[in-house]
Amino acid sequence: MDRKILLENIDIPGIQSFETFRSCGGYLAVEKALKTMAPDEITEEVKKSGLKGRGGAGFPAGMKWSFIDKKVDKPRYLICNADESEPGTFKDRYLMEKIPHLLIEGMICACYALGANTGYIYVRGEYKYIIGILNKAVREAYEAGFLGENILGTKFKLDIVVHSGAGAYICGEETALIESLEGKRGNPRIKPPFPALVGLYGSPTVVNNVETLANIGYIVNNGGEKYTQIGLGRSTGTKLISACGNINKPGVYEIELGVSVRDFIYSDQYCGGIKNNKELKAVIAGGSSVPILPKDLILKTASGEDRLMTYESLSDGGFVSGTMLGSGGFIVYDEDACIVRNTWNLTRFYHHESCGQCSPCREGTGWMENVLHRLENGEGRSKDIDLLVSIAAKIEGKTICPLGDASAWPVASAIRHFRHEFEFHVQHPEIVKNVNHGSLAKYVG
Amino acid sequence: MLKVTIDNQTIEVEEGTTILQAARLIGGAIVPPAMCYYSKLKDSGGKCRTCLVKVAQGSSRDPRPMPKLVASCRTPVMDGMVVQNITSPEVIETRKAIVEFLLINHPLDCPVCDQAGECDLQNLSYQNGNEETRFEEAKRTFDVIDIGDNVQLHMNRCILCYRCVYTANQLTDKRVHGILYRGDVSEISTYIQTDISNDFSGNIIDVCPVGALTDKTFRFKNRVWFLKPMNASRSCTKCSGKVTAWMRGNEIYRVTGRKDQYGEVEEFICNECRFEKKAVSDWTIESPRNIKRASVISQNHYTRLKNPSVILPLEEKMGKSPYGETKSINDKQS
Ligand SMILES: Cc1cc2nc3c(=O)[nH]c(=O)nc-3n(C[C@H](O)[C@H](O)[C@H](O)COP(=O)(O)O)c2cc1C
Ligand code: SF4
Ligand code: SF4
Ligand code: FES
Repeated sequence: MDRKILLENIDIPGIQSFETFRSCGGYLAVEKALKTMAPDEITEEVKKSGLKGRGGAGFPAGMKWSFIDKKVDKPRYLICNADESEPGTFKDRYLMEKIPHLLIEGMICACYALGANTGYIYVRGEYKYIIGILNKAVREAYEAGFLGENILGTKFKLDIVVHSGAGAYICGEETALIESLEGKRGNPRIKPPFPALVGLYGSPTVVNNVETLANIGYIVNNGGEKYTQIGLGRSTGTKLISACGNINKPGVYEIELGVSVRDFIYSDQYCGGIKNNKELKAVIAGGSSVPILPKDLILKTASGEDRLMTYESLSDGGFVSGTMLGSGGFIVYDEDACIVRNTWNLTRFYHHESCGQCSPCREGTGWMENVLHRLENGEGRSKDIDLLVSIAAKIEGKTICPLGDASAWPVASAIRHFRHEFEFHVQHPEIVKNVNHGSLAKYVG
Repeated sequence: MLKVTIDNQTIEVEEGTTILQAARLIGGAIVPPAMCYYSKLKDSGGKCRTCLVKVAQGSSRDPRPMPKLVASCRTPVMDGMVVQNITSPEVIETRKAIVEFLLINHPLDCPVCDQAGECDLQNLSYQNGNEETRFEEAKRTFDVIDIGDNVQLHMNRCILCYRCVYTANQLTDKRVHGILYRGDVSEISTYIQTDISNDFSGNIIDVCPVGALTDKTFRFKNRVWFLKPMNASRSCTKCSGKVTAWMRGNEIYRVTGRKDQYGEVEEFICNECRFEKKAVSDWTIESPRNIKRASVISQNHYTRLKNPSVILPLEEKMGKSPYGETKSINDKQS
């Protein structure tokens, strides 16, 4: 289980440049698509491939494309979501930095399929150096005749614009991104309507993640059928996982979906085990928004099966005993980690990033942060733990966009699985005040 | 026409009608409260989440329930839809939660707030709030600033409903009023304190559900429940000249638009009518105005506390009054 689609050629010197990329088979997909395929055939192949969106929600890409209204007389747009701001997630950056043409190749095929003549890449504001890399790649593609008017002698024309965000996590939410791209305040829109009908400038729009689009070239070249042979069951293809935390080999790995979590954490091919020979304590498997799982539940499902790196296996057990593959930000905690402190840190992030439009998220995220701060500093009371559970429940499902849920899930799951640690903080204020959080594990046992 | 059932009452409405509008057509207790939606303001609604309702049946074609509660102000009715508002315990529970969220950064300075007595948030919390707060931290605070000559902004009281932003966008010509920053530090601002000086800018006072935007010409002059709202009119070149004049004795204390039972003005009025015409001779006083709004004060609700336990712990904490028996608010007013 170690076939690669995206990072196969990553170590070839000069792969960042058009020439090298092209000489390794790059842009063949564009030739095949434009010269031999009808736009809807591409959408069909993407549907067949079972490719799910890699931005977090896992929505089938082909299905999303087929929602585009091709009858209305308006321009259509493709937006590549490169806002990547979810804590623990840094895989799109790696892809764009190392092999930018893979994204552009995928975008050209996608735009052709959708009938879009303009594509935008919305890049996270902090990724300044990536903008330069992307702009260079786009320029090379124009020079080689893969962008601009009459691409490869066909009637198809396409412009790709690289746009820098200003550093707001919320602008990764697709409708906030669209607002921001239109030059407005990055507030998520109220849905429906969805972008496929009313998106950028009121036109039909598809928003896809960088990694999702980078897969399109392979699907066009090899067909959707071939893609389904990679991966496991309905989790087709590969996934970039950005692994970090207390592991020996943090980094970005392309895994074939279906690798076991145990192998991913312990094998030398991937994370190489827990650092300093410590014990594994917990994992946040798919970026900071997904529920945290303790060691026993991340390695095995509640029914005792090995947990695998697939959409289905990771969500086995729902939120009671499972989690989500999410964006692929894999954060590992060893025995010394303090769950209370970590949870506080996450709520601090969501509080800071809430756009403030809807009351539960605007007010609730700050409230949770306050209560967790109190607990972490030895000033909490036992009723604070249930208070947190209650606030989280009152945010979840009641907000305009999923940032509200994303702020509630980490808190709810941390208390669900590590309640004893929160109680310890309440019962031993002196210890938690004086002992560095890292050594707390010794006391909690 | 589409058929929709809300809390067991069925009505036929036109396509494009939202659940909230349909409920208002039915009227009565089943109408969800709305703190941000304002029918006269395009794009308003969806933000405060007080109007969330449960859709128990999506439509006759697809009878599945909707997975989450939906904002009734922004969700269009489908044929055969079945909606639960006050008949759903989940909705009531959620509304309580929303009130709690709205209040955590709201100063509760009602005794010194000009909006008291006609404040949507006061009414909402009376009807759906908890008696005690679980929020113990410091609230956010801002300085009071002037927006133009006649309007004052108490950002502390703002619930970020965006109504004034839409009003400024849709009624005034240059967009100088908006929201700065994000999350719970967002604030309403005229860009770098540029005045909004437009003939209709005073309407942001009327649309504000709370006491965040108040009329400086009326500030601290009187309490609204001492004033008699009268229908008054004059011939005005800028607006219809149809207003509510708030009077005590033979004096006009303030002028506002004519508000309906949902707190929405029938028509926006101009600044001249609102701020400059305060003499009785300026106006033809037509008739007393029937206030249909569910004001806590106009309905004398304060005499009937839902649960006297609010008072008891206070007595416990403070001890018996040295002046003899402590009288509860109930005793005084009944
Ligand atoms: C608060 C928030 C932040 C998000 N940030 C990102 C992001 O940085 N990158 C991304 O691809 N998707 C992000 N998403 C998901 C997008 O809304 C959208 O689902 C995704 O870009 C769709 O692409 P996909 O179908 O290819 O996964 C975010 C969603 C939310 C609610
Ligand atoms: S959930 Fe939070 S981030 Fe999303 S729209 Fe509401 S306030 Fe903004
Ligand atoms: S000032 Fe008033 S109208 Fe404006 S957003 Fe705040 S509460 Fe709403
Ligand atoms: S009135 Fe519907 S969300 Fe505010």
